[in-house]
Amino acid sequence: MLCKQAERQFERRSLLITHPTPGISEIKSVKDNRPINLDFTTLRLPLPAITSILHRISGVFIFAGIAVLLWLLAESLASEQGFINVQQWLDTFWVKLLVWSVLAGLLYHLIAGIRHLLMDMDIGETLEGGRMGAKLVVIFSVLAIVLAGVWLW
Amino acid sequence: MVSSVTGLSRNGVADWLVQRVSAVVLGVYFIGLLGYLLMNADLDYAQWQALFSTTWMRLASLLALISLCAHAWVGMWTVSTDYLTEAMVGKNANVLRFLFQAAYILLIFIYLIWGIQILWGN
Repeated sequence: MLCKQAERQFERRSLLITHPTPGISEIKSVKDNRPINLDFTTLRLPLPAITSILHRISGVFIFAGIAVLLWLLAESLASEQGFINVQQWLDTFWVKLLVWSVLAGLLYHLIAGIRHLLMDMDIGETLEGGRMGAKLVVIFSVLAIVLAGVWLW
Repeated sequence: MVSSVTGLSRNGVADWLVQRVSAVVLGVYFIGLLGYLLMNADLDYAQWQALFSTTWMRLASLLALISLCAHAWVGMWTVSTDYLTEAMVGKNANVLRFLFQAAYILLIFIYLIWGIQILWGN
């Protein structure tokens, strides 16, 4: 039923497109009826799109995470006792995990950001270059994030 | 676009450039600080405090802090005007977006004041 309707509608539109009749009000409705897909869960994102949205998500995440880093910096510079406190906090699992997650966000954002700057300079802007760049971002980020974890633990 | 009044410079091209220049500053500062921490695994308070009491480190840190504020402003503006729209979140989008923008600008202000206090308060 729906299929039939859609088919008829499609035919009508094709007719309007192939045989435009200026002055007929229906032409306007062709544009108005254009389907808009706002259900993002039905979209399949290719790798460059995933690295792009991760760049934004990591940006928002580290914007909040800066509070953690400023807090550690403030405490570590406040006094000798504060510095020792920070060292002791960094020995606990949850603070390590918190700092590691912020570092992970920073490293990803940095690496994806470098790719962004390279693309501004017309490097890796083709379709193939974009796919390759996205792969490199993932590889370098995973490496950097794992190394940061090794460093913290 | 009406929403551009909440951008950083009211000018898309200027915002674009601010985003890039601040990104380079932040990248250099972050890599430099990370490298310093990696090379000084047995860091103690005296050494750490001495580093942050030098004028050049304070200025470099202040430059990074200001870059962070500008970078976050442009980035959060981009995100808020892309996703907090009527098509995405419904009729109250304008109010929601304004409140969200007010919140992150307040947080940027807090970071700026707090950072200056850390750098010059000790």
